[in-house]
Amino acid sequence: MSARYAIGIDLGTTHSALSYVETAKCEGEEVDQSILRIPQLTAAGSVEDRPLLPSFLYLPHPDEHKSGDLTLPWGGDPTRLIGEHARRQGLTTPIRLVSSAKSWLCHPDVDRKAAILPPEVPADVPQISPFEASVLYLSHLREAWNGVHPYDPLDEQDVTVTVPASFDPAARELTAEAAKAVGIENLVLLEEPQAALYSWVNDSVGRWRHDVKVGDIILVVDVGGGTSDFSLIAVTEQDGALELTRIAVGEHILLGGDNMDLTLAHVVKQKLKQTGVELDRWQLQALTHGCRVAKESLLADAELESVPIVVPSRGAKLIGGSIRTELTQDEVTTTLINGFFPEVSVEERPAQRARGALTKVGLPFAQDPAVTRHLAAFLSKQAGATEDLDGFVEHAHWASFLHPTAVLFNGGVFNAEVLRERVLQVLNQWLSAEDAPPARLLEAHDMDLAVARGAAFYAYARNHGGVRIRGGTSHSYYVGIERSMPAIPGMEPELHALCVVPFGLEEGSEPVMPPQEFGLVVGEPVRFRFFGSSVRREDQVGDLLEEWSEDELEELEEIQTSLPADKLKRSEVVPVRLQAAVSEVGTLELTAIPTNAKPDAEASDWRVSFNTRGASGESNND
Amino acid sequence: MTDEKPSLSQRLQPLMREAKRLSAIGWALALHWLGIAARETWIVLKRLPIASYSFARALANADYAQRLTDLYIDGASNLPVAASTTPARAPQPAPQPTAVLQEAGPDSALVLLSLLQKEGRFLDFLQEEVTSYQDHEVGAAARVVHEGCQRVLNEHLSIAPVRAEAEGSQVTLNKGFDPAAERPTGHVVGEPPFTGALVHRGWRAVEVRLPQVASSRDVRILAPAEVEL
Repeated sequence: MSARYAIGIDLGTTHSALSYVETAKCEGEEVDQSILRIPQLTAAGSVEDRPLLPSFLYLPHPDEHKSGDLTLPWGGDPTRLIGEHARRQGLTTPIRLVSSAKSWLCHPDVDRKAAILPPEVPADVPQISPFEASVLYLSHLREAWNGVHPYDPLDEQDVTVTVPASFDPAARELTAEAAKAVGIENLVLLEEPQAALYSWVNDSVGRWRHDVKVGDIILVVDVGGGTSDFSLIAVTEQDGALELTRIAVGEHILLGGDNMDLTLAHVVKQKLKQTGVELDRWQLQALTHGCRVAKESLLADAELESVPIVVPSRGAKLIGGSIRTELTQDEVTTTLINGFFPEVSVEERPAQRARGALTKVGLPFAQDPAVTRHLAAFLSKQAGATEDLDGFVEHAHWASFLHPTAVLFNGGVFNAEVLRERVLQVLNQWLSAEDAPPARLLEAHDMDLAVARGAAFYAYARNHGGVRIRGGTSHSYYVGIERSMPAIPGMEPELHALCVVPFGLEEGSEPVMPPQEFGLVVGEPVRFRFFGSSVRREDQVGDLLEEWSEDELEELEEIQTSLPADKLKRSEVVPVRLQAAVSEVGTLELTAIPTNAKPDAEASDWRVSFNTRGASGESNND
Repeated sequence: MTDEKPSLSQRLQPLMREAKRLSAIGWALALHWLGIAARETWIVLKRLPIASYSFARALANADYAQRLTDLYIDGASNLPVAASTTPARAPQPAPQPTAVLQEAGPDSALVLLSLLQKEGRFLDFLQEEVTSYQDHEVGAAARVVHEGCQRVLNEHLSIAPVRAEAEGSQVTLNKGFDPAAERPTGHVVGEPPFTGALVHRGWRAVEVRLPQVASSRDVRILAPAEVEL
């Protein structure tokens, strides 16, 4: 007996949304979606229902609000504000605002369960962990849902939570853990670009089978408020029916629509500076808002030459104190279109500046703002992504990048048609240079809510039949093994990589286990260096790589395990093998299985966990 | 003997029928009243949660008790106030059933005002002396007001024209038209249907979605004073 509702939660960097489907009212691929209106504080003492919940958390000073003014329909915690009011409070008091918690959740250099947000604040400002922030956003959504559906609480429904395709196993696990922490039992994770494609399938009501054909490669370009995410999905055939297979995902790129608005604001700020007008931080924020509105009008209408922007005075004298300026079509074209979506050749790569000595830990923002350059790097890296796929024409050996045949856009940035056209035009230039046919545009609706809708569709389709995107793990994973050799001064011991998880290991499939044994010391924590590769599709479990090129393998956070001493003698060396499985939820699970013990006994004790505490957190960690 | 029996039963039959009819009526009546009683009980019972909640909360929460008290005082003072504000109407004959005049609650008006101020600086604009400024300065500020207040309208109200036709086109007001929604002007004589040119399309609030307001909030504060530390 499945749940009454199938629910999709888009836990976004800047906005979260929840879409749901009543399963009894659906028939095949005709799925009727509803968006939950989420009650949230929009000002002190005022609660409104909005379809989007801004993913901002504000930690107010105890005297900042009247007690009672922060009451939500379900009571709520007055020390943690979430949503629109939190976002607004943060504009004037940024030291108490937690933003982009999701980007911190996959930051490799910090302890994601330590109270570090907001970063760098005065001593008496409270801090919370990125993990806790995710839990709080999810519990806000849970309360909002339970308020409307008291007899069908969220924890009894089928829930899909989306993650960026570029999330590493540790960040996925943290997301799943956060969902479990708010009581979601029937949980699956779904990659956001896949959710966008599901939403497109949902909107087409079955017609999608006519819009794509076997051999198509769909490129999903998802540029949201804070991150850019790419995926490639191939259309394959199984027993005469069309199937979708996700063949590649891109890297985690912290670059999104917010960067674009901020850039425009700085352009206008410089312009004002030349006329002798200086803006303070508050005015810059007002200007950023003005630029966003003006940008939308300018992008929508190429005939428009300029749009006036007024930066209101902060005081009550509105007419006397406001600053008038304008944003021109020219500035939008140079800054936005040529800055973020330049016409580049497919050989170009994102610029990598050597980072200066970091005095503080911040988010690893993309250093090159050009989305098209990131796209070129992604497609070139994945040139061989279809090699092992049945029914695909052998990729021409001279092709320097993977040739997509269709493009699906997602994310608020692509509400602007000009930007969709620009990316498509650049892509088609690359394609025509290699004599490939131009890519088609797959028409998507509602770029802001598509991910939540697609997730709800997936939650439904999983249990009621319907198209599924196959794919499994987007990387193959390796543990680093140091070769035993005599020590040579000044040389690091040679490192080999043992493949423990093959590319495309699917959820719920049989666990895999390389034959190699490791000796673990009982009672002592053991760490392994851990690597992932998004291109080495052919490696099998147990393969030992002696060398690899630098961009093939990417070092991830290390993994660790500790064999409990209560069952075995302390400091005894136990031979173990590493077993890997992808859970139904969609998280990667590594287990150390002693070869001389019953493997099914106390398997949880032997769990190999991902290190989410960051490189610096090791020393002070027990 | 043989003809007495049928006559007895014949004589009894009307009685029985009468008895049956009466009992049927009795049942129907009983059911009717029981139904009403049940409904009334249900209606009363439905109020039980809010009644007990208000009771408990009034005891526990001084603010709330004050609000309830205000409510009763308002309720008691409303009628005479309303009556005294309409002396002009009083002498007129009342051919149609009169509506009860009630004061528009100030709360939602204040909430809407604070929204217009927050998003569109509405109060700053209206409270400022405009005579000393040039038109272009007023115009620049008006953009802020227009953009913000329009957003408030779009978010919190659904507003549609009363008449969908283009202004200037000929329209007909049929008999029984709603004079509050469609107002005939000029040469208003004779009987409807009236035909004339549409001068103004009118506006209708199709839906109002004002925020829920916490009981503790002082809605008279339209915009807080800001102090940067």
